[in-house]
Amino acid sequence: MTTREIHQAIETVFRIERARLIGGLARMVRDIGLAEELAQDALVIALSEWPKTGVPANPGAWLTAAAKRRAIDGFRRREMQARKHAEIGRDIESEQASGVEHIEAAMDDDIGDELLSLIFTACHPVLSPEARAALTLRLIGGLTAQEIARAFLSSEATIAQRIVRAKKTIAKADLVYEVPRGEERRARLESVLSVIYLIFNEGYAATSGPDLIRPTLSLEAQRLGRILAGLMPNEPEVFGLLALMELQSSRFAARVGADGLPVPLDKQNRARWDRLAIRRGLAALEHAHALGGASGPHVLQADLAACHARALKAEDTDWERIAGLYDRLVEVMPSPVVELNRAVAYTMAFGPDAGLEIVEGIEKSGALANYALLPAAKGDFLFRANRLSEAKVKFQEAAALSKNEKEKVFLLIRAADCR
Amino acid sequence: MRVMVIVKATEDSEAGIMPTTELLEAMGNYNEELVNAGIMLAGDGLHPSVKGKRIAFDGPSRTVSDGPFAETRELIAGFWLWEVKDMAEAVEWAKRCPNPMLGPSELEIRQVFEASDFGAELTPEIAEQEERLREKLTKA
Repeated sequence: MTTREIHQAIETVFRIERARLIGGLARMVRDIGLAEELAQDALVIALSEWPKTGVPANPGAWLTAAAKRRAIDGFRRREMQARKHAEIGRDIESEQASGVEHIEAAMDDDIGDELLSLIFTACHPVLSPEARAALTLRLIGGLTAQEIARAFLSSEATIAQRIVRAKKTIAKADLVYEVPRGEERRARLESVLSVIYLIFNEGYAATSGPDLIRPTLSLEAQRLGRILAGLMPNEPEVFGLLALMELQSSRFAARVGADGLPVPLDKQNRARWDRLAIRRGLAALEHAHALGGASGPHVLQADLAACHARALKAEDTDWERIAGLYDRLVEVMPSPVVELNRAVAYTMAFGPDAGLEIVEGIEKSGALANYALLPAAKGDFLFRANRLSEAKVKFQEAAALSKNEKEKVFLLIRAADCR
Repeated sequence: MRVMVIVKATEDSEAGIMPTTELLEAMGNYNEELVNAGIMLAGDGLHPSVKGKRIAFDGPSRTVSDGPFAETRELIAGFWLWEVKDMAEAVEWAKRCPNPMLGPSELEIRQVFEASDFGAELTPEIAEQEERLREKLTKA
């Protein structure tokens, strides 16, 4: 191997091992920023040694050992300094005397998975949802601040600052790098799933900007979901989320026409749906049900996506089942957005009047007032009810509210069709 | 990106010699690692080509022939489908595979074609999931 090839191999190994490495180190030194630095140090050591010795048989273990040696050296140095300071202050008793032992004990502690605890720490509720997403992509996905910024259409400085602040918040809150148990675990798991789904959706249905979709983010979220499923094989909601993402991603290739405009679900060429993703999604969903998760919000949403995936032709879609699933979802996860989706299902299952009734209820409540898809949906129901002049007004209203260029064009075309 | 990792056939695999318990165990552990890393999408081993068929096309004609087929080294004994960031990552994971055969053997990595024109259909149902989620997150 040439030096260049070795360097590339090292960087790839590092990328694969990074999250686990940082997770283990963070548990040991209780500081994510320091853990990242130590991991980086290990990479530097590898870059200087491996070209001479060759890539070791178990490169992950090698990097971990190198980083841990660094951590202990650093700790000893600090301890010595602390002792000197203490001597000067005539305070001989050092509370930190057993620090190295503590680190050595932490090294032997393999209970709980490093990666899992890192995921749980990055998704801690003390952080804002945006900070959780950025930190997760950075620590677990290994994305650079620049890549995250590009994905979220933000500036690199903003993302970098968000990550730094998140690490500080975690350090200040003195969080334990562990996977919580019992009730807390349930609450925290929900935060983890939300963050992964937020990342997925940011890629799947971009809220602003010129493109409708940023698939890299969705793929990253799917990978995160699969990692989580591998680490937590008994949590139905994890498999529910995984199923949901696989099923939705199966439609990627069919969602945009040659003109770059979105193709609605009933007009999509279903031959372009990814059968492998559908099969994987349905398998994950089955697993979620087998674990007793039928009423979890992610499982219910995956059930909904599965109804579409199972229909080989749009007219085969079981809209009554979908309407029934939305009835249950709105109980588990009440929100005006779910209500709006329910209205769509009711329109398809029982006719536009059923949907209009629900939509008018949402309008009366005042929720979703600036939400483009509320008038868009109502426009569609009115269109189906042949109330074309009213539909036209709603599509125009929706186009004015939309922040996505492609979506705007799509809605204006629909308005123009109301003749 | 998706890659297919192809396990090339050997004299042994073509002769139907089954892997040892140790190898099955090592492969099981390796597969578990692939799953936990979130990269494995599918994978299976294939029966020897003696049980296979080939269908040759020439204009309208279709000729079916039975295995076994010659050129053992060009045959496939198994495969994985992985979702990786780049080819370098695929290579790194492939290097971690235990030797899949009893004797010398070879893996081949090939990139899978994918629809690069990813897009979006804008049913309210999908785009709104994000909104709902954001809502939920800000409440949390």
